[in-house]
Amino acid sequence: MSASLKELLAGVVVLVSKEAVQHQGISLSMEGLVNLQLSSKSVGVFEAFYNSVKPIQLISSNIEVAKAGKIPGGKTEIPFEFPLQTKGNKVLYETYHGVFVNIQYTLRCDVKRSLLAKDLSRTCEFMVHSQPQKAKVLPTPVDFSITPDTLQNIRERNLLPKFLIRGHLDATNCVISQPLTGEVVVENSQVPIKSIELQLVRVETCGCAEGYARDATEIQNIQIAEGDVCHSLSIPIYMVFPRLFTCPTLETTNFKVEFEVNIVIVLHDDHLITENFPLKLCRI
Amino acid sequence: MAAVQWHSRGRRYEAELQRCRLEATPVDFGDYHPLKPITVTDTKSRRGARKGSTSSSSSSSSSAAPDPLSSMLDGTDPLSMFAAASAGETPGLPHSASAGDLGRKRREREEEAVGSDFEPWSAKRGEILARFTTTEKLSINLFMGSDKGKAPSPGSSAVSEKVRTRLEELDDLEEGSQRELLNLSQQDYANRIEELNQSLKEAWASDQKVKALKIVIQCSKLLSDTSVIQFYPSKFVLITDILDTFGRLVYERIWTMCSDPRPLPESFSADDVNDTAKETCLNWFFKIASIRELIPRLYVEAAILKCNRFLNKSGIQETLPRLTAMIRGIGDPLVAAYARAYLCRVGMEVAPHLKDSLNRNFFDLLGTFRQIQGDSVQNQLVLQRVEIPEYLTLYSPAINWILQCIAYRAPEPLLTEMMERCKKLGNNALLLNSVMWAFRAEFVAARATDFITMIKDCDEAGFPKHLLFGSLGRSLACADPPEAERLPILNEAWKVITKVRSPQDYINCAEIWVEFTCRHFTKREVNTVLADIIKHMTPDRAFEDAYPQLQSVIRKILTYFHDFSVLFSMERFLPFLDMFQKDSVRVEVCRSIMEVFIKHQLEPTRDPVILNAMLHICKTMHDSVNALTLEDEKRSLALLINGFIRMVSFGRDFEQQLSFCVEARATFCNLEPVLVQLIHTVNQLAMETRRVMRGSHSRKTAAFVRACAAYSFITIPSLSSIFCRLSLYLLSGQVALANQCLSQADAFLKAAVSLLPEVPRSISVEGKLRPSEGFLLDFISNFLSTLLVVPDHPEHGVLYLVRGLLNMVQDYTWEDNGDAKLRVYINALPLLAAMSQEAYLYCIPRVDSNETLYGGDPKFLSEINKLCETLIGQVLDHLKALGRDESVRRQAALAFSLFGCLLAHGDLRNNKLNQLAVNLWNLSHKHGHCDTRASVRTLEFMKHQAQQPDMAHLSDTVQRLALQSRT
Repeated sequence: MSASLKELLAGVVVLVSKEAVQHQGISLSMEGLVNLQLSSKSVGVFEAFYNSVKPIQLISSNIEVAKAGKIPGGKTEIPFEFPLQTKGNKVLYETYHGVFVNIQYTLRCDVKRSLLAKDLSRTCEFMVHSQPQKAKVLPTPVDFSITPDTLQNIRERNLLPKFLIRGHLDATNCVISQPLTGEVVVENSQVPIKSIELQLVRVETCGCAEGYARDATEIQNIQIAEGDVCHSLSIPIYMVFPRLFTCPTLETTNFKVEFEVNIVIVLHDDHLITENFPLKLCRI
Repeated sequence: MAAVQWHSRGRRYEAELQRCRLEATPVDFGDYHPLKPITVTDTKSRRGARKGSTSSSSSSSSSAAPDPLSSMLDGTDPLSMFAAASAGETPGLPHSASAGDLGRKRREREEEAVGSDFEPWSAKRGEILARFTTTEKLSINLFMGSDKGKAPSPGSSAVSEKVRTRLEELDDLEEGSQRELLNLSQQDYANRIEELNQSLKEAWASDQKVKALKIVIQCSKLLSDTSVIQFYPSKFVLITDILDTFGRLVYERIWTMCSDPRPLPESFSADDVNDTAKETCLNWFFKIASIRELIPRLYVEAAILKCNRFLNKSGIQETLPRLTAMIRGIGDPLVAAYARAYLCRVGMEVAPHLKDSLNRNFFDLLGTFRQIQGDSVQNQLVLQRVEIPEYLTLYSPAINWILQCIAYRAPEPLLTEMMERCKKLGNNALLLNSVMWAFRAEFVAARATDFITMIKDCDEAGFPKHLLFGSLGRSLACADPPEAERLPILNEAWKVITKVRSPQDYINCAEIWVEFTCRHFTKREVNTVLADIIKHMTPDRAFEDAYPQLQSVIRKILTYFHDFSVLFSMERFLPFLDMFQKDSVRVEVCRSIMEVFIKHQLEPTRDPVILNAMLHICKTMHDSVNALTLEDEKRSLALLINGFIRMVSFGRDFEQQLSFCVEARATFCNLEPVLVQLIHTVNQLAMETRRVMRGSHSRKTAAFVRACAAYSFITIPSLSSIFCRLSLYLLSGQVALANQCLSQADAFLKAAVSLLPEVPRSISVEGKLRPSEGFLLDFISNFLSTLLVVPDHPEHGVLYLVRGLLNMVQDYTWEDNGDAKLRVYINALPLLAAMSQEAYLYCIPRVDSNETLYGGDPKFLSEINKLCETLIGQVLDHLKALGRDESVRRQAALAFSLFGCLLAHGDLRNNKLNQLAVNLWNLSHKHGHCDTRASVRTLEFMKHQAQQPDMAHLSDTVQRLALQSRT
């Protein structure tokens, strides 16, 4: 199931039983929640467990699809419809499964039964894609060039081998349904290259009582070059954004979900060179 | 029973023959008769029409007399009409084909898109596997499921993530899927890969799609490993098989998902595909896009490239260039080259019209060529102890394939451009080689001189030059270079080839060029080439390792030189044959020469060069026969030698022919069928002499035919098959008789008679023991009929040979429960009856038979009659004995055949004979064992006979013969 804003969530409840079943009513509940969890890194282990932030409810709705009674044996289908209407000024965010932030929409069906029989219940998740942005996304190409001099965070600069790696990303304002593209060229390198990888990273920020916690975790790592690649030959950068684990960049008062891409160059002596690019994802 | 007096029935053969003839009725001019010639003008037009419709009419005799069968046909002949009808039906078939074989049909269709002139990958597969082998130990490293959580992930310290990874790892270990197999031999390796292929299919069949994907990913990961680099091309072949399987499985799965309610049409578009199928397909692509490593991601996506058809129209068109660009990320040039080959292969299969990415691939390949000299590659080669020339040959299959894809139906200018690009690059020998392999042979042949210059300019240290010349030679063997350039090409090429030092490399290359030489040049050049090969291959007995190539040289020469006088006049041909010193190979070569000889030598020959050489070759074959040779082998060798013997003819020089046979007999003494053939040849020679002399021999020819008879007489005893000997004695006797060699004929026949007691009771026919009785009876009957014309020997008694034969028959140990002996006796009666006629049924010109010798002497006749009486007496005794033994069935049959004999040859006007006949008839009908139909027919015959003059008495006899009533 998948629905967009101002849309209906529609479907059928399917009940299958061998013989007729008595029940005390069948109900459906729909709920959208943002779960925030504090990382143990930013607040200490115990706080992480006990101090987790209260979930934020985005939407909640309940309907009864059948009154107490009996359903006949065989397959019964009961159609239903939910309007996706938010409470007040709340916004329905896109479904997103992260580490510290989870945006999840569920639909739950309960069949109440008499005292002697257990109630039946089934939950299923449905995806929400936000509606395309009206504004046109302007591609913002980025050129980069990596040499020993451009690096930060190193101890002995003079021990570094010489290299020059140039390239560009076609856009950092990316459309989520389209791949990240660009090119990288190894102009020269004293030490052979072992691998060039694209690392997609999410940056999740949760606001809480003590301020906020910001954590970056890897989503996926795609190798675009293996071995000592031919010098001054452009190698394509190409990465499809994985579904579920990415969503349009999100900034709210309580939490933020942002994405970055690292171009990681591994030299043969296991030197790691990383160039970071913040991305802005959107859906059109 | 008292002795019966025999009286032969007098015969007038001429009159009987006249009576037996059908009445001749002349055909009037206008009457229809199927065999009557039809007016030629009419049929010619029809014949023309028929010829047009049947493509495969074998050599039609253009004689004036038309073929009655063909003239019966109106218009086209029925066979070609059927063929035309069935050809017309086929296009309609696919519509009615069941869904089951649609998949196969579809595949066939798609292959058609490429065309049959494109050499498919499957043809290369075996060759690559056979060529790139190793004795080093290999290893397979499989980490099932490790592609998810193993990446070094900076900052991923969240508890949940860690726990998840750990759990996954545990799962994987439980599956036992992380393993490294070391120390595999090449065969083990191939088996392992095949096992993986099987488990892929199993996983797929049991709906474990994720496991299937994991297997494929792990396999393609093996392709990034270049340890044991000599094996890499073979590894590529093995692993891409798995990828092909996977691609097919995925495609078929999605295809069946949309085949509900009815199968997709062949040329479906993305709009025909339902959402579930699209979603599944998209899922596959998303999954593959998230594969961490470059090489598996590339290969697996290429494997399911075809599935893009389900998603949108331009999918393949967009994916191919992207994948092509992606290969640039592969650092190892060899791995990259093979990845390109795979992409081209898939591309050709799925979208042969997209030429651009093929070219792109090739240009990228050229762009990365300098990497071969790079440190990474060189270090690796040093580490693995692989020489540069060997390393470069590893590229050949990949580059050949890419170029073949590009060159397929490519316009000339493109090929020229490709060539120019290759020229510009340093180290272009490898490319040059592939260009020659992959481009159209005509294209290469037309520029052969350019190619030679380029080859000469190549770097000596790189790609081995003999391979380059080998490739060029291969192209030139299929297509012809311009006439004027041929000789310079050969000279230039051979200049290089002759300098190749390793005998193996030399012969590999020389073998290819032999074809070109044979195709365009005369025996002089071929002879030179052969001399060069001998010179190279003789030192250190290098030829021992090169038999297949040397054999191929012979084969090629034989395909182009069918004139054996030319062939054998090459001085070096026989010395070349001498290099085949291993017996089995030697015989095989001789055999192939003989086969060609028999096929192409149409005219008999007396050319001493051919005869000497062929005798030498046949002798080689003959000498290979030993105690262990199989019967079939002997037979086929003998057949070949016989083929040669039949082709030898000295024309009118009969004596030389005879002396050839003498020589051949000495040479081929171990092969009986050859001896038999020789005897036939000599007999034929005698008859030919007779024909030439028109039946009357001069003193000289008479001596010659006697020599022929002597030849046969000496040769026959050396045969082991007794029936062979018998029939040859008889035949030779007949030939001797025909040539008026009376004493020789006598000797032959006597020899046959004295051989009779040796005939075993059973002989082996086609490996099974069979009683010989039937054969013996046949032979004796045949023999008896010859005896009619054999005049008695003046020094021996009357009917010496007949008596001798009958004595032998009497003494022969026949089957215990058989009547064979008596059948011989009964068969002898007609002979004796025929002998007592005034004029014999047949005679031999210029040979006086007994009819002339005795002139119907009463003594002679009574001698015959006495003999008959003895025979009849014997038969009657036997009949009596049979009655005692209760073998009444045999008794009846025997009695009936004696009755038949009496009826035909005896004079039934004689009362005693008449009475005997009636008695025999009654005896044969006594116990109801006779064939009633035969009896009825006999009676009818007798009634018919009775109408003839002199035969009226038969009607009385008929009255006395009662038919058996069926009670």
